[in-house]
Amino acid sequence: MAKTPAKTATAKPKKAKSPATPVSVPENVPGPKKVRVHYLTRVEGHGNIVVDVEADGTVSTCRWEVPEAPRFFEAMLVGRDYTDVHHIVSRICGICAIGHQLASLQATEDALNINVSEQTHLLRRLALHAENLQSHLLHIAYLVLPDLMGVDSILPLAQTHKEAVLKFIGARRVSNEFSRLICGRTTHPQRMTPGGFTMFPSTEDLVTLRGMLVDTLPNLDFAVDFFAGLMDKFPKFERETEYVALVSPSEYAMYWGEIGSSRDERRPVRQYRNVTREYIIPTSTAKWTKNQGESYMVGALARFNLNADFLMPRAKAAAKKLGLKKGETNPFLITIAQLVECVHTVEEAITQVDELLIRGIREEAPARPSISAGRGAGAVEVPRGILFHFYEYDDNGRIFQADCVIPTNQNHANIQRDLDALVPQLSGLSEKELELKLSMLVRAYDPCISCSTHCIDARGLDDGARSLVRFNRK
Amino acid sequence: MAKPRIAFFDFAGCEGDQLQIANLEERLLDILGHVEVVSFREVATGHSDDYDVAFIEGSITRPEDEIRLKEIRKNAKVLVALGACAAIGGINCLKNFLAENVYREEVYGNSARWFSTYAARPLKSVVTVDAEIPGCPIDPAEFARITKELLLGRTPWIPDFPVCVECKQAGNVCRYEMGRMCLGIITRAGCKAACVSQGAHCWGCRGLVPGANLDAARIVMDRPGTSRKAIQDLLRFFLGDTGAAL
Repeated sequence: MAKTPAKTATAKPKKAKSPATPVSVPENVPGPKKVRVHYLTRVEGHGNIVVDVEADGTVSTCRWEVPEAPRFFEAMLVGRDYTDVHHIVSRICGICAIGHQLASLQATEDALNINVSEQTHLLRRLALHAENLQSHLLHIAYLVLPDLMGVDSILPLAQTHKEAVLKFIGARRVSNEFSRLICGRTTHPQRMTPGGFTMFPSTEDLVTLRGMLVDTLPNLDFAVDFFAGLMDKFPKFERETEYVALVSPSEYAMYWGEIGSSRDERRPVRQYRNVTREYIIPTSTAKWTKNQGESYMVGALARFNLNADFLMPRAKAAAKKLGLKKGETNPFLITIAQLVECVHTVEEAITQVDELLIRGIREEAPARPSISAGRGAGAVEVPRGILFHFYEYDDNGRIFQADCVIPTNQNHANIQRDLDALVPQLSGLSEKELELKLSMLVRAYDPCISCSTHCIDARGLDDGARSLVRFNRK
Repeated sequence: MAKPRIAFFDFAGCEGDQLQIANLEERLLDILGHVEVVSFREVATGHSDDYDVAFIEGSITRPEDEIRLKEIRKNAKVLVALGACAAIGGINCLKNFLAENVYREEVYGNSARWFSTYAARPLKSVVTVDAEIPGCPIDPAEFARITKELLLGRTPWIPDFPVCVECKQAGNVCRYEMGRMCLGIITRAGCKAACVSQGAHCWGCRGLVPGANLDAARIVMDRPGTSRKAIQDLLRFFLGDTGAAL
């Protein structure tokens, strides 16, 4: 077994000699202010928390910054043919590739008037379930659990809690196999196309999948029990905010629905701009969003708060066991909402596989579009929250304009408000305790910053590889 | 003997390649038994600048990226490009065909000049790359094989023949027989024709095969029913940084 990175890690960062890191910055800063660098790890992409600490140890402010390199996906789409678009946007994020493809296909099909079959919808719903399970388990087990257990990564847990770790890893393997059987692979799947699929799972594939999903349920029960014993490790913190997610009159909305909010009326997806209202702030780096309040939350907890009544029975029982109730305002518990969703996703996927088996899988050609200029919007719930794609096509079926609003960008403002509200709780904590608590908060949102199609590097100083908690001590 | 120290870094990319490594699941634990991971930000806290092998994902898209990459090159004995963005520039190079002010304004409007960016490029445009693990995303099994060869001190081999060879082995019907386009004819194999086998076609994510005959490829592609624009689209998809894209 590898030596854990823990020992080297705690000792090394301060000695980091790379001129590309901001470590060398403090010497140039006038006044008594000191900047110290730490690494916020176990998140996708790059993000920093900057903490200003007064001379007496009180924390005055915390800031959330995103210095990820911008990638210009919306511009890259201009002029591209409708058959390529979902394969390009898939590359926005390696974790939510399926979700990006689905939102993209919905927008394209809306714009070009393509109507797909019920079987296509069922297969796409399954693909979305596979991705949610995969991403949630990655977040819960690999990214958050180490914090709760007081270690640096899942690797030491493989020795101390072998049974649990193997169960988590086993469930994740199932999730990857799940997406392989439905859409080809987990990351940048090949089978989905405007109008349908290029290849289909066989009946045997579906039977295999069903067996795997049924076998996963007890492992998830184990995970629920395991986390039920860890609930006191989550920091106590409450801040009510606006919760935004897809809603539907008949189901726990993931694949489609209307835009719902805890503080606002329901809106059709095409009116997404009235909800997201993107804006840019100079000190931080991604486009931020706000609706009714100063910020809103998307993701598993927002979905749970709006739609918990529609959870499948086993998922409802899991929520009860974990003590998660509708109206929960502690953002640290997003992870717990994700765990409840894992149970729901597997339960619902089993019923959908059954439906496909009863109907019998048909190899159908993708529905064809009638190419004419048009606009269309798509929205799906991806692991980190509601994702919008909006396209305008020209007469040749090529993109004239594209807009993608990514869940993590919608959460940035809310992360900042949470940090503001957390500040009074932070004074007197040691640097290590501060770092852990702040990292845990940001990590709870499971920020997928590589996703952020439009992020601006306003600082121009980041070293990219190292996400950081940075302390300004006065 | 001390275990080799390995580190992972990422530039502009989707981090899907590091996810493929996490997706090795139980096999990952085996590999980790033979190395010491000093930096793997996606799954572990902690970082060190003392490492032997650096795996790097993503393209270089900003002047400051170059500084950081050169620093990694200085620290690493072996530098490995992980995935299409790092190895061949990949999808990021799509923006290179747009004027800089156009793509800046398309995305950021009035704030277009707030940040630094330039044409996306692969790692080898900036530093010497010792090994490539191509693909979008990488093939986890190929990552395991190449890592093993690196740990044994060998120069890793990647296939030097086109995807068509593996595609025939997989028993697929040629896309050109179906009146479709496909880049398997000029693309480096090693993916077991992953996309054609799933009913799609090859987009060229593993880069050009050595000695690819681009003129002949254009003649093959340029046939009734396809447009020159469609050929250009396909060649620009991943191959924007190569001589294939016009």
